[in-house]
Amino acid sequence: MRPVPALAGEDMPALTRGDVPALTLGDVPDSPAALDRDAGRVTVLIDNVSKVFPAGSGTVTALEDISLTVREGEFVSILGASGCGKSTLLNLVAGLDKPTRGSVHRAGDPSFMFQDAALFPWLSVERNVELPLKLRKVSRGERRDRVAELLEMVQLTPFAGRQPHELSGGMRQRAALARALARDAEVLLMDEPFGALDAMTRDILHDELERIWQETGRTILFVTHNVREAARLGDRIVLLTSRPGRVAEEFRVDIPRPRRIEDPDVAALAAVVTARLREEVASHGR
Amino acid sequence: MAGNVRGLMRPGGSRADGSRAEVAGLDALESQPAIRESALRRAWASTWPKVIAIGIVLLLWQAIVMTRLLEDYVLPSPVDVLGRLWAELQTPQLWGAVATTMRRAAWGFGLATLIGVVIGALVSRFAVLRAAVGSLITGLQTMPSIAWFPYAILLFGLTEEAIMFVVVLGAAPSIANGLIHGIDHIPPVLRRAGRVLGATGFAEYRHIIVPAAMPSFMAGLKSGWAFAWRSLMAGEILVVIAYRTSLGQLLQVNRELSDAQGLLATMLVILVIGITLDSLVFGTMERRIRAKRGLLTA
Repeated sequence: MRPVPALAGEDMPALTRGDVPALTLGDVPDSPAALDRDAGRVTVLIDNVSKVFPAGSGTVTALEDISLTVREGEFVSILGASGCGKSTLLNLVAGLDKPTRGSVHRAGDPSFMFQDAALFPWLSVERNVELPLKLRKVSRGERRDRVAELLEMVQLTPFAGRQPHELSGGMRQRAALARALARDAEVLLMDEPFGALDAMTRDILHDELERIWQETGRTILFVTHNVREAARLGDRIVLLTSRPGRVAEEFRVDIPRPRRIEDPDVAALAAVVTARLREEVASHGR
Repeated sequence: MAGNVRGLMRPGGSRADGSRAEVAGLDALESQPAIRESALRRAWASTWPKVIAIGIVLLLWQAIVMTRLLEDYVLPSPVDVLGRLWAELQTPQLWGAVATTMRRAAWGFGLATLIGVVIGALVSRFAVLRAAVGSLITGLQTMPSIAWFPYAILLFGLTEEAIMFVVVLGAAPSIANGLIHGIDHIPPVLRRAGRVLGATGFAEYRHIIVPAAMPSFMAGLKSGWAFAWRSLMAGEILVVIAYRTSLGQLLQVNRELSDAQGLLATMLVILVIGITLDSLVFGTMERRIRAKRGLLTA
């Protein structure tokens, strides 16, 4: 539970130069990146990425020289105050946006969950979960089995036939999680998915997400501005600075799982991270 | 219930069971049981106010007739008109007229929908087209369709084509506008969600854009129908085609014969058809779409 030094700036091997197709990365076991630090296959590799947006007559640098290596089955919390470009970073990893400099590699197209559940209001819960399968042309029988399995996983089986507007906020996010998992992507990107929920629901969904993550073995990049949440969920916490977003520090979280938000270790780590975050925020007032 | 409480309180107890119970409990607290009103009850609830309203109108009508301010050949009593309507319903002439008119309505509206959808889809897709014809579509919508008839007759003569031309011109713009409006107002988060789930190209249209735009498109169809029906009536009065009796033509004939009873009876038929399609067909479809999405307020 000791803070580890930042990984930012760590030299990436030659593999990351040039246009390596996103899919091949995870499939090359001999590549230097894959062997790096013994802990399994790299599923997301962010290499010296900067993102600059045009703003008025000038430009705004949202992200600057971000480097991050995420391995198979890892849960990484990305934490920062407002304006740190957390969502921009996820969009780059998702392929919804392109970096101005640097490159992003990932094992396959990631799945994405938003703060808004973004369920399709014209489809029932089960049809929402089914859609990504349909889009991948999965056969009808297989779709049915897979949807049943996913709904069971997020405990929404009794609500399969309901329309999204009939569900509570927490149930909608669980449905969205099931839908994101139906995409069958190795990497799951989550952009403050529990930000709009009440505390009680959020705590329970943390337990659920941890369980499902362990069951499915996905790689998760979880963006949040809630320090406790980051500490409760992540294997690592990547703390970003604001304007421009840079990696300020990385924290390794060695608290045994399953965790709870009220675990004293979680609180202690959150205090350390919060102190660092406050320092960072205060630096903008000077 | 006792089991749930124990499961939560015992720190060493099965965590998974505790979590399951918590989720189930929260769901039970937060979700309302689905309320399904019986169809009969709902039908009755929406019918009786209409019945009373019609009754009041008929009573007022009768009251005006009884003041004897207007001659009988100008304003016949509701009883006489309804009697006449009943008699007309026994003749093939009225049914033939209804058939002709409805056939034209179906063709005209169908064609208008086709053209409206194509134009709407193109305009919402290409910014250049929107800049070029976007406001023109709305402009066309404000143009009274009857103003097109003199030119339509010049173009096509006294033919079916002249009627179709104006019906399509009347209905297509509001159908196109409904689609454009629907596509413009899709919440961006839904399009993003669709894209990250793998909906691109044609699949995006089929699974995301078209269904998302549906409520507004339905509203466009509904007002398109109203425009089509009005244009059609105007057309049938102006463009008289021999040996082909239509509802509009019946109105014209009744006026020439100063047959107020026949005139009002025909008008009732036109009114009933218009209302039926508007509220029963389009209204029901629209309500169903909105209810499914939780867009109906009570």
